Amino acid sequence: MARNKEKLVLLLDVGPSMHGVLPEVEKLCSMLVEKKLIFSKYDEVGVVAFGTEETNNDLTTEVGGYENITVLQDIKVVDGDLIDTLQKLPRGTLDGDFLDAIVVGMDMLIKKYKDIFKGKKRLCLITNAIHPIKDSLEGSKEDQVTTIAEQMTAQGMKMESIVVRGRLSQDADKRIMDENDNLLGIFSKKTRTRTVYVDSPTSLLGALKTRRVTPVTIFRGLLELSPQMKIKVWVYKKTQEERFPTLKKYSEKAPATNKFATHQIKVDYEYKSVGESSTTVIPPDQRIKGYRYGPQVVPMSTAEWDAVKFKPEKGVKLLAFTDASKIKRHCFMKEVYLFIAEPGNTRASVAVSAIARAMKETNTVAILRCVWRQGQQNVVVGVLTPNISQNDKIPDSFYFNVLPFAEDLREYQFPSFNSFPASWQPNEQQQKAADELVQMLDLAPSGKEETLLPEFTPNPVLERFYCHLELKAKQPDAAVPPLDGALKKITGPDPELVSENKSVFDALHRHFELKPNPKLKKSSMQFYREKQFGSNAHESDGHAVKSIENQPSVKIEKIGDLTPVQDFEAMMSQRDNPEWVGKAIKEMREKILALLIHSHEGDNYHKVVECIVALRKGCIIEQEPGPYNDLMRQLRQYCQGKGIESLPQLLASRDLTLISKSEAEDSDVTDEEARSFLVKMEPNP
Amino acid sequence: MDLDPEDVFKDEEDDPDNEFFQQSEGSKEYVVYLVDASPKMFNTTCPGMDQKDETHFHSTVSCIAESLKTQIISRTYDEVAICFFNTREKKNLQDLNGVFVFNVAEREQLDRPTARLIKEFDCIEESFMREIGSQYGIVPGSRENSIYNALWVAQALLRKGSIKTADKRILLFTNEDDPFGGLQDAAKKDMTRTTLQRAKDAQDLGISIELLPLSSPDSEFNVSVFYADLIGLDGQDLAQFTQSASQKLEDMKDQLRKRMFTKRVIRKIAFHIADGLSIELNTYALIRPTVPGAITWLDSVTNHPLKIERSLICEDTGALIQERPKLFQPYRNENVKFSPEEIADIKRISPGRLCLLGFKPLSCLKDYHNLRPSTFVYPSDQEVVGSTSVFIALHRSMLRLKRFAVAFYGAASHPQLVALVAQDEVTSAGAQMEPPGMHMIYLPYSDDIRDEEEIFPDTEDDAPRADEDQIQKAAALIKRIYVKDFSTLQFANPGLQRHYAVLQALALDEDDIPETIDETAPDEEGLARPAVVKAIEEFKLSVYGDNYNEESDNLGKEKAGEASRKRKAIAENAAKDFDWGVLAEKGQLNNLTVAALKNYLTAHNLPVSGKKEALISRILTHMGK
Repeated sequence: MARNKEKLVLLLDVGPSMHGVLPEVEKLCSMLVEKKLIFSKYDEVGVVAFGTEETNNDLTTEVGGYENITVLQDIKVVDGDLIDTLQKLPRGTLDGDFLDAIVVGMDMLIKKYKDIFKGKKRLCLITNAIHPIKDSLEGSKEDQVTTIAEQMTAQGMKMESIVVRGRLSQDADKRIMDENDNLLGIFSKKTRTRTVYVDSPTSLLGALKTRRVTPVTIFRGLLELSPQMKIKVWVYKKTQEERFPTLKKYSEKAPATNKFATHQIKVDYEYKSVGESSTTVIPPDQRIKGYRYGPQVVPMSTAEWDAVKFKPEKGVKLLAFTDASKIKRHCFMKEVYLFIAEPGNTRASVAVSAIARAMKETNTVAILRCVWRQGQQNVVVGVLTPNISQNDKIPDSFYFNVLPFAEDLREYQFPSFNSFPASWQPNEQQQKAADELVQMLDLAPSGKEETLLPEFTPNPVLERFYCHLELKAKQPDAAVPPLDGALKKITGPDPELVSENKSVFDALHRHFELKPNPKLKKSSMQFYREKQFGSNAHESDGHAVKSIENQPSVKIEKIGDLTPVQDFEAMMSQRDNPEWVGKAIKEMREKILALLIHSHEGDNYHKVVECIVALRKGCIIEQEPGPYNDLMRQLRQYCQGKGIESLPQLLASRDLTLISKSEAEDSDVTDEEARSFLVKMEPNP
Repeated sequence: MDLDPEDVFKDEEDDPDNEFFQQSEGSKEYVVYLVDASPKMFNTTCPGMDQKDETHFHSTVSCIAESLKTQIISRTYDEVAICFFNTREKKNLQDLNGVFVFNVAEREQLDRPTARLIKEFDCIEESFMREIGSQYGIVPGSRENSIYNALWVAQALLRKGSIKTADKRILLFTNEDDPFGGLQDAAKKDMTRTTLQRAKDAQDLGISIELLPLSSPDSEFNVSVFYADLIGLDGQDLAQFTQSASQKLEDMKDQLRKRMFTKRVIRKIAFHIADGLSIELNTYALIRPTVPGAITWLDSVTNHPLKIERSLICEDTGALIQERPKLFQPYRNENVKFSPEEIADIKRISPGRLCLLGFKPLSCLKDYHNLRPSTFVYPSDQEVVGSTSVFIALHRSMLRLKRFAVAFYGAASHPQLVALVAQDEVTSAGAQMEPPGMHMIYLPYSDDIRDEEEIFPDTEDDAPRADEDQIQKAAALIKRIYVKDFSTLQFANPGLQRHYAVLQALALDEDDIPETIDETAPDEEGLARPAVVKAIEEFKLSVYGDNYNEESDNLGKEKAGEASRKRKAIAENAAKDFDWGVLAEKGQLNNLTVAALKNYLTAHNLPVSGKKEALISRILTHMGK
């Protein structure tokens, strides 16, 4: 579609002060072209770099001046070479003049298309604008910019300027920055220019819409306040998820020699009767839709359904205004719509503006009932919220969010937090630690740009896909690349922010203690271990004690009642002090005896046995057989004295005998003695 | 197409079929409707819905019928049995007198409701006297006790299934508050005792007995005479009983046809707060668009269900492809191939983990930061002890400081930035309106947000803005059309309700489809109130002046018409190139191109659609030939 073709000139500042962000600029621009190669193959793009050592542009040769501006690529239809050019931007040596670059870019567009082409002409400027532009020969800089801006409007060009600032620009002269901002501001006022300021590589990657989608209205018509009063509005989608590209299925059946093979796969659906062995395919006109009604399926033909279905009239009608607090934010169901007054219709714009501002003042929202198209099967009920424009050029508008129907809400009940036991309630210090975290891990500090603003956050999955696509085009077996450094800030916490708030995190660790639940079986414990320790997860054999390479996250200083085995294991593996081992063994011994004594009709025996297993393993690893063997002898006496039979049987079934000399050097027990130990343990009949 | 051919990209999180089948087990309900069919039920009347008197029996039966019709849609896996007592005939497994279990073919006595059951039950009143008959079961001198028998039968019906997986209930409908009133003292005592024992036995088995008493205006149902003991009421409960019971009866009649979903965890996720501090969360779907239900394709001749077979066919060779094919994207004049594993790898970013990035004030969450329905998260200590405590602490801080958390959620198909907004518990009259926890709102990325509002300022001028007076007039208007208690719950989906109504009519062979009310229609009466009309007129006047009507008629057309008028002018000029009359006369229109023919049609305001023959015949018709 010729009229949707876009002509774009990229104006890239490659001066020394920009070198730090050029890798991101390269990525952003190549992403832009990669998407064009897939979605709008006939768009044309030119590239101008400024701040270069060399000078190479038409205006220099024709009228002189315009130094240090290099046309890297004349305007042409997008192709792979363009990506290669953009991925290897030259590193300039001089501070560039962005206004000169704009003039060069405009000149390129004018020369190439003159009056013939009335489509979309766009300039995209990426600079930090911290260096002064040259003084003009006649008039002030403002006059000069105004002239250029007027020319730009006359030619029907749009511009997008991305100004890289904040942490990314070194200490620059505040005065010059303000002057430049002011000059760029003139473009915003006089022309259709969007100026955005970004302060991190992450938001730079998201600053430019890399895929232009021609906006399509989903409704043009009347917003009906009442039968007497209607306002003409157009409705667009405000958000629409950019999906992962739909890839085609590849067939490898065609012979390699066939150059014209499409390699495509057709997906075929066949409808066959269930149960019958026949393979008759039921033709589409013999199929009928059925819906479940209890255990049966009720056929409902399209014709029948069409005759009786709900047929709302097209239109958008006001139901009521209500207080903004009545609408819960989490009830928004779908992508967001935008209501604007019919373009060019001043009265409608004023009406929209009046209602929007009045809604803002009174903190109300409107409930609408919408049927976008004739023949739509259902109505949409949603909430209209005001969008007051901050820019004089842009009219006021409304956002519209779809609300759920009564059927869409599932009324599940959850226990109140207050009903939980006191041990689950955070104490004062814990609450303080959480408050600190919420306060300090701030993504929108006052006086600084808000980080991770959705408007400037690129989609890491898509970034990775297009990056991989480009790699694969060059090298078909390229592996999936890791996430780019700038994108990691989207998927994980910013290391800088974390280290700045180290004390907050330390407090958090001090006050909160997480433990795996000991009552779970091995299989479900996997969850905890995987997530908790990541790749450092130790073997999940619940009985064995293994030394853990990493320190466990929580320090165990005492063997508790709930998870004696785990506590013991954790204590044994704390390597910072050799005393831990002795302490762990001693505590475990005491625990086992306590369990035994408090056991009522043997209900604790299984726990006792598990503890003994752990203690035995631990003692063998640490080559400390003494405490274990002493304990076992004590146990034998205890059992014989009380005539307990079940415990010795349990021990025998797990082969829990004394630690012999072959297992631990220090042991004074022979293999023979160890074997007979359990036999002797049986109480005398 | 109802199948998703791209199952690779399917969002497993919201798979409706999955939920559909999940429903089959879990918390089922087994209900026995125990209906008194004594002559008293037929003789006593009370004012019905349309002010006409109806018998107690009628109102009971219609209430059960309505309830069944709702249940078959909302809780289709629940099982019911309908049982009358004080009947002339008997039909039950124990062969007890005075008890009749109503059932239809192809159905066990306690089973899921079927269309046939509902249909036959709907017309039970016509045949009741003939086939079942009404007769007092408890008469002096006889040892028969029909209530005792009925409870026994009901209990036997409910023997099926364990109380762990099912909720068992007996709903008792009667208007007799003193069933043993006519008996001698000794017999009365004895019967009361055995009946109460029977009820207690049932309750001990985990069966709950609910009483739905029917009162008539002249005689109030007195629960304390007998039934209070039977259902175990005392003190305060007793005082409130009558009112809550009649409410229950009303509720049974007009329940919303709404598919119920059992509460279930969609996913367990680890919420990574800091290194070494990951807590356990469960996610739930509290709000999801409800769809009419899964479609089963049927053979229209036999009405047998069809199975769908998907096959992949190579377009070049026509060969059938068995293995999972690679995927490709045409790029730079070649096909770049990806294996399904590679695609999964690209999408895999911190899988199954919710990673905390930081906090922002609630004002940073804009109205347009939304893509999909939110998901609810609630902590769990099941696997990681201490999770709940961390969660509660964060939850309180976020509520107090009015901040939300930004996190990255590594869902397998849709890794996404999310906002976690803390929700405090809201209760009203003892019922939980909003559960405590956090709502996970999916945030858009930069490429998902569009800025159409910025595309139109073509002109040098600033965008039109309302002045103070106009804003005041608008505020006055808002005040007039203001509702105080709006709730998102108040609208039923009219399309869906219609679907259920049609489905019911088709399934039960009903002649007319029950009316569904579109609750979303604007309140025209309210809008026609003089005060509202006045506010609207004033606002209209301040914005549009006197010429509102002209404006709304002309402006749009003019604007849109510009391009088409131009096109028409061109067509008119072009159409002059031919002498149409002569050409038509000689039958030479066929020699012209379609474009030329269309010029004539455009010039004469005729439709330009159709094939060449259609165009020619249209021209000839227009010329009158």
